[in-house]
Formats: sequence, C-alpha cells, structure tokens
Amino acid sequence: MQYALLFYNPPLASLPAAEREARVSEMLVDMRKWQADLEQAGVFRTTLRLAGVDAATSLRGQGREVLVSDGPFAETKEILGGLTVLECADLDEALRWARRCPLVRIGTVEVRPEWGAPR
Amino acid sequence: MASDASRDALDAIARAESGLVLASLVASLRDLDLAEDAWQDAVESALVHWPQDGVPRRPAAWLTVAARRRAVDRLRHRAMQADKASALRAGELLRRAEQSLLESEEPVDERLRLIFTCCHPALPLEARVALTLRTLGGLSTEAVARAFLVPVATLAKRLERAKAKIRAARIPYRVPAPAEWGERLAAVLSVLYLIFNEGYSATAEDSATRRSLCDEAIRLAHALAALVPGDGEIHSLLALMLLHDARREARYGPDGGLVPLDQQDRGRWRRDEIAEGLAALRAAAACANRGAYQVQAAIAAAHVLAPTGADTPWRTIARLYAELESLAPTPVVRVNRAVAEGRACGPDAGLALLDDLHAGDAARALSAYPPYHAAYADLLRLAGRTREAERAYRAAIELCSAEPERRFLASQLAGLVDRAG
Repeated sequence: MQYALLFYNPPLASLPAAEREARVSEMLVDMRKWQADLEQAGVFRTTLRLAGVDAATSLRGQGREVLVSDGPFAETKEILGGLTVLECADLDEALRWARRCPLVRIGTVEVRPEWGAPR
Repeated sequence: MASDASRDALDAIARAESGLVLASLVASLRDLDLAEDAWQDAVESALVHWPQDGVPRRPAAWLTVAARRRAVDRLRHRAMQADKASALRAGELLRRAEQSLLESEEPVDERLRLIFTCCHPALPLEARVALTLRTLGGLSTEAVARAFLVPVATLAKRLERAKAKIRAARIPYRVPAPAEWGERLAAVLSVLYLIFNEGYSATAEDSATRRSLCDEAIRLAHALAALVPGDGEIHSLLALMLLHDARREARYGPDGGLVPLDQQDRGRWRRDEIAEGLAALRAAAACANRGAYQVQAAIAAAHVLAPTGADTPWRTIARLYAELESLAPTPVVRVNRAVAEGRACGPDAGLALLDDLHAGDAARALSAYPPYHAAYADLLRLAGRTREAERAYRAAIELCSAEPERRFLASQLAGLVDRAG
C-alpha cells in the first residue's frame, strides 16, 4: 500500500539569508541520505519538493465559473513544503520511515494512506 | 428457551472467553468488524445450543469454531450481493475464513497482537480505551458507554471511526518490533491505567458498570503480564492497581468524605488483594527495567505495609517520590512529593518544594488544580500558619468538583477555624 508523507514546515523567511541557506543545505544533505535509505530498502516511490506558497495559484469553482487567484488554498503557519510517496506493508512500517525523516526535527510529517480501503 | 438467570450465566461464560476468541478470529480473518459480527453470532448460537446440549467442555474452542463458520456464511452472503470491489474484498476474506476452518479448534492466544492494535498511538485516546474494553474486555458498546458516561451513539461512532482508520491506514495486528516496544507498551499501559482510574474515581452513586472498570483493568493487566512475563512495568502496573483497589472500601468515611491513606481503617483493606499486589511488585523487581509504575507501586506498598498510619515511613516515601520525579518530572508528582517531604522532614521542607514550583512555568496550570492548593493548605496548617492555610483550603474547596474530596477539605478547614477560635 502507498503512503504519502506530507511535509509541513514553519516558513524560514524570518531568518537572515545566510543562516537560512545554511539550514536548508544542511537539511537537503540529510534528506538525500534519508532518501538513499528509502531506495535501498525498496520502499521509495517518488518525491517532490515544492516552491514556496508565494508561487502558488489556486483555482476554485464558483457556479459555472472558475476563479483563479494568487496564493495557497489556506494561509497557515506551517506550509506544505513537499511530499514523498512510499510503498509499505502497513502503517507501522510507514511510521518507522517517517520517524527517521530529518524534517521531523523542524516541522510536522503527516502520513496519509492512499485512498481505496476496502468497504 | 433459557431462563434469564441461566442466560446470564451462559453469557458470562461466553464473555470470559471473548478476548481470547475474538483476538484469534481477528488474527486469522484480519478484519475486526467481521470478527466481531461472527463472535456475536457465535454467542447467540451458544445461547440457543448450550441450554439444550449443555455447556461444552472447552467453550473457547466451541465458540471459535462457531464464529469461523458464521464468518464464512456472512462472507458468502456478502460476496453475492456486493458491488465488484466489495465482492473482490469479500472473496479475499472468504478465502481466509475458509482457511481458518482448517485450523486447530483451540484458539491460539493472539490477545497481545490485538491489544497493541487497539492501543495504537495513531488512534485517538478515547477510541483506544473503548476498543480495548470492547474487544479484549468483551464489554458491549452499551456497557462501555455507560461506564464512561457518554451517549451510546457517540461511543458507537467513536468505535466505528477507529475501526475505519485501522482499515484505511492499515494499522497492523502485530506485536511491535523491539525498537518500538517501550513506547508502544507505554501506550497500552496508560490505557489500562486510565480504565482503572475511571473506575476508581467512581463513587457508590455511580453504576456498577463504571465501578467494575477497576476489575476490567486488573483482569487485562493480569492477562498482559502472563503474556509478557519478563516486562517489569506490566507487573508494576498490576501491583499498583491491586494495592489501590485493596483500599477502595476504606477510602470514604461514614459521611461520604474522603479519608486520607494514613487515617484509613486498615481492617477494611482487602488483605488478599494486598498480598497479590505485593507478589506482583516482587515479580516486577525481578525484571530488568525499573520504571515509573514500579516506583508508584513501591510507594503504594510502603503505605500498606505500615502497621498503623502513624508508622507510615514518610522518609522512604519522600525518597521514592524524588525518584519518581526524576523519571516523570511533572508538577503533579512534585505536589505529592512535597506532601511526603513535609511529613518526613517538616512542613518547611515540603513548602520549599511547592514554592519552587510556584516560581516555575507550571504555576498557572497548577492554580486550577485542587490537590495543589490542598497540599499547600496541609503544609501551612502543619507549619502553624493558620491564616494562610485557611485561604488555601478555601481555594481548594472552590476548585474541587469531587464531592468526597470537598467534604474532607471542608472538615479540615472547620478543624482549623475551631482551633483558631
């Protein structure tokens, strides 16, 4: 069964640029290591790192119109920064991998199973 | 047709086996709903057949076989009328159910797997409690709702959501891996202790079902200890619950007010339960891990082993509370420690521990916690600071919602005012 790991992080915009870059590159190194472990275990499916919400555009149906607007679906403190999809036998296995994700240290990792549970 | 009395007796026999049979059904069918439905069918069938044929020599085996057959019937029925996706799923379950018919009649004890599923941290706490009592305790949804003072519909919905999540997120029926064992076991134990405390907080006015939660929690802890004999915290929790339960009748005075431990009538303590609790504590001490439950059980044991209230070994108890605080540094533990320290080394020592707390971040949360004010009042009274003690008693009484505690605090306050006047 596939599980999506959704990464919600607090925005780093408030930090000075130099520190922000250092933090991000450190995190990317850790994330690559984590992904290598996932690949080696054969559970990795795909991943996507997302641009900031200032690059987001939202569409919403209104009657027969579709409204296009600037910005994310919802303004929240923690933003969806990316996701990774894993193939795991059950929730415990997915949680085991999620726990080892470096992003857990700075934000929230939400684990969601794919749709299609029987009944 | 069986009379009501014999029906109840047969029902009790079936219920005693429910955790064992249901867990083995879940393990072979991998579907909690189906297992529960099949179990209910088997109990109904038992209530028809047992009065005629007599109770079978091995009720668990009889119920297991009956439930497996009923699961197959249900699935055949479901496969015929369901849509394509559901039929596929029913077919898969059907193969498992038919396979289970070939297994040994005697159910394999799979309760450990089931309890870890029911107490999975991915489920909300209330659902963990309800699922555990429902599946392993064999309590009906109505009984659990009555015990926890929530409407039946609310509880049914809670159970339904939890079962849907187990399916949708594929929460496994498995004993956790060694790396996760400690954390997952702690989650199970906290559910059992919560069940116990709900029952322990019940008074004579509450329903018998609510009061029986203590027995349920002890029964489940017994089963768990037998399944994992090498884990000290399970024995410790069992010891802690038994040592508390042994004193339940002595906790309230004739006026319904709370009687503090060192003033209780020791003749009303249940000696058999104390002996059992102390044996469980010895079993815990023989294990490698000494955790917070063991220290709490040791505190309870120190209280009950004193021949009279005046002999209570406060120094030992204060030392144990200090150890407990190092394992579980919560303000609530600190409050209890301060009371013990005040008895062991004089009220000023206890007050110093509370003042320390007062200066910290916990102060605001504590200001709404009645035992905090009660502890303050008690220590101030011992220190002869009557005026301040009075104020603290009044604060505690105002916040306290439990009637027995209120009565006790009011009587303490009255004693203080009498002496002052």
